[in-house]
Amino acid sequence: MTKLLEIKNLNVSFSSRLGTIKAVHGVSITVQAGEVLGLVGESGAGKSTIGNAIINLIEPPGKITDGEVWFKDKNLRKLNENEMLNIRGQKIGMIFQDPQTSLNPVMTIGTQLLETINKTKKLFGKLAYHNAIELLQSVGIEQPEARMKAYPHQFSGGMRQRVVIALALAGDPDLIIADEPTTALDVSTQAQILDLIRALCIERRLGVIIVTHDMGVVANIADRVSVMYRGSIVETGDVKYILSTPHHPYTKSLLAAVPRGDVKIKRFTSIDYIEGGAHKQKRIAVAEHWLGEKLVDNKSKVAISITDLNKKFVLKKALFKQNRLYNQAVKDVSFSITTGETFGIVGESGSGKSTVARLVAGLLSIDKGSVKLFDKEIANVPKNRQVVAVQSELQMIFQDPFSSLNSKMSVEDIIAEPIRYYKTAGSEDKMKQIIGDLLDHVGLGKNAALKYPHEFSGGQRQRISIARALAARPKILICDEPTSSLDVSVQAHILNLLKDLQDELNLTILFISHDLPVIRQMCDRVAVMRHGSICEIAKTNDLFNAPNHSYSKHLLNIMPKIDLFA
Amino acid sequence: MLAFVIKRVIQSILVLFIMSLIVFSMINLVGDPVDMLVNPESLPEEIDRVRRDFGLDQPVHVQYWKFLTGAISGDLGNSFIFGRPALALIAERFPATLELATCALILAVSVGLPLGIYAGLNPDGWGARIIMGGSVLGISIPTFWLGLMMIIIFSVFLGWLPVSGRGDTANFLGIESSIFTLDGLRHLILPAINLSLFKISIVIRLTRAGVEEVMALDFIKFARARGLASQRIIRAHLLPNILIPIITVLAIEFGTLIAFATVTESVFAWPGVGKLVIDAIVNLDRPIVVAYLLFVVTLFLILNLIVDIIYAALDPRVRLQGDRQ
Repeated sequence: MTKLLEIKNLNVSFSSRLGTIKAVHGVSITVQAGEVLGLVGESGAGKSTIGNAIINLIEPPGKITDGEVWFKDKNLRKLNENEMLNIRGQKIGMIFQDPQTSLNPVMTIGTQLLETINKTKKLFGKLAYHNAIELLQSVGIEQPEARMKAYPHQFSGGMRQRVVIALALAGDPDLIIADEPTTALDVSTQAQILDLIRALCIERRLGVIIVTHDMGVVANIADRVSVMYRGSIVETGDVKYILSTPHHPYTKSLLAAVPRGDVKIKRFTSIDYIEGGAHKQKRIAVAEHWLGEKLVDNKSKVAISITDLNKKFVLKKALFKQNRLYNQAVKDVSFSITTGETFGIVGESGSGKSTVARLVAGLLSIDKGSVKLFDKEIANVPKNRQVVAVQSELQMIFQDPFSSLNSKMSVEDIIAEPIRYYKTAGSEDKMKQIIGDLLDHVGLGKNAALKYPHEFSGGQRQRISIARALAARPKILICDEPTSSLDVSVQAHILNLLKDLQDELNLTILFISHDLPVIRQMCDRVAVMRHGSICEIAKTNDLFNAPNHSYSKHLLNIMPKIDLFA
Repeated sequence: MLAFVIKRVIQSILVLFIMSLIVFSMINLVGDPVDMLVNPESLPEEIDRVRRDFGLDQPVHVQYWKFLTGAISGDLGNSFIFGRPALALIAERFPATLELATCALILAVSVGLPLGIYAGLNPDGWGARIIMGGSVLGISIPTFWLGLMMIIIFSVFLGWLPVSGRGDTANFLGIESSIFTLDGLRHLILPAINLSLFKISIVIRLTRAGVEEVMALDFIKFARARGLASQRIIRAHLLPNILIPIITVLAIEFGTLIAFATVTESVFAWPGVGKLVIDAIVNLDRPIVVAYLLFVVTLFLILNLIVDIIYAALDPRVRLQGDRQ
């Protein structure tokens, strides 16, 4: 085999007023034609920087300080900007994470394809047009002639990523660098895109570098894998080998943090390597604390009971009823959750799972149906004191830890809000004491109280959200994709925390996720949703071992598996 | 599209009606135009006669009804001073203002856009700092002071350009304008620059902000990764994306150029609508003030409609039918 790309001792640093940060440190990798190399690591590990460094597109203040990048027989580091223009697109193609933003929104995809073909292949007019049609066909876009005239927003996410791939292939490159190509996509779309990349790699004998944080993606598509940790590669080798017998402690802890789809384990283990040992949790004894005051053991009681829930959104308004267009987001959904249970809802984006969560939480008005919290009807009833009291026992944790906290409020004020509102603490001093304890309990430490949200990472913010939810002393917690924007190791920590809290406080959890392995680790029972309706409700183990509904089978089938564990 | 335009026209008529009501009732609270029209030493009978002649002895609602019925047939009343239809007076002066505003707008775009793009692409360079500093000056220096300074330097000391007034006009392709004669151009330079400086600064700042925002987006990075040259990226990817907000703002700014060129027109004694209206306000020439305000409102309504249509044409994601929501 011939070496397509060889990187020797690459160093990239970012200098700022506070000093120089080495983003990439002494990295050496090789890629051969027809091979997929996975570059895996968590956010901030420097994996995307390597991709950008190869085609010399590092944004200032970043700089390549040392190293060689050999592509075929050329040292790319020795080329000037004009010569690099003939490498980019023609020899090395790139695919970015978010197909929503990688296409120019005000230009038809045809024009974007043609300009690339004009530049990279020096084909013009009719020849270029036919080439563009062929490219669209090769990435599986139907009716390419009509689609040439369409704008990016007229495509779905998966189709858009296909267009991006077509653009990356337009110059017949020998190497493709795919930077998190499926992170923004649904599971089934992800499977299709990965299959497409794999097929193109074999068919055109491309070398592919796939940059990802997702071990499942690597296991599915890569031949070899390099594991990155804080700017360096800690381990490289055959995928099967690395995943089954990891040597470096980081690789081990990373693999331990990946939720397993095959078997349920009690807690995620040995993941302390990652958060830099700064993770010391001072826990409080819940039974004697304010937090546990209202704790009553009512195991068998029904916490949430939903019957025939319906919700539709207006897509197009019109004066006359028959001209209006609706989207039936939730259709005849019924289920009930007993106290202390974790109930999961799984489905792809647009399946209505988040809408159900919002309806139960009272954030959206209910069109039809009944929602009972501890036998109290809350659907379409006037807000009296009893309804507010029962609703205060339900708290929510949202997906995006960046927008779900008010950036202008200190952490103390954020957590104090439910305590002040429901006047549950007695005095201001007592409240401060409680906030300190809560912060200790979720693993942030008392000192976090006086800081502001922007001083924390995504995982830490999610801990703040959890502390805020706990401050209302809830009996029910609704978690809407609480970890889907977090790294796996951070996700493992947060999920462990949720499990601990549930044990201590006997919480009832409604857990919304698109991630089947996470559902398997967290939930007792699961509902599979599609197009607003529930396909099946089953015990988690039963669902994973013997799914009944054809859609559940399909979802399980396309779930990225790391079956090389055992 | 047609439904959208019709809907907007109906809305516009409603706005015009409300505006006429406000303007008419407000202006009746200010002063007594008869005092301005007759010699204070005239006999009381004489004053009463003038008041009756102009219909000012009637109650306000009767005056308004008369105005409204006239307005529907296109008659906004006669000027008290000139004794001629107010609308005709405005139409006479309008070409001069339009000419000045158009030149200022062209200057604003042709100078502001390139400077803004340059400053946005090289945000840390010395050039960008000078440009951005200059734009702050352009926004903060009062127009009238700058106009006077320009007259002192270029007309009085250096004697390169005429002090004030509008130069000779010539007819070209049916358009009567002073830009077609050398004398006209020489008269136009100073007021046009004076009027445009503020707009240049706004265009620079808008453009720079847009460039910095768009250049950081993924599709620019992807365009570079596809091997496109930077010229192509700036022209085909950057420019259309930043132009959308700039054009929206500029169309409204064009309205303010026409409507509020008053200061520049006064400084340079430019015979435009602005000067006409200032004189009318001083002399309490009510019909002209009312006609002018309604004219300005109409202007903005039309410009807004044009902006919405242009916006939809530039950005494929926007649909005019969508405004029903």
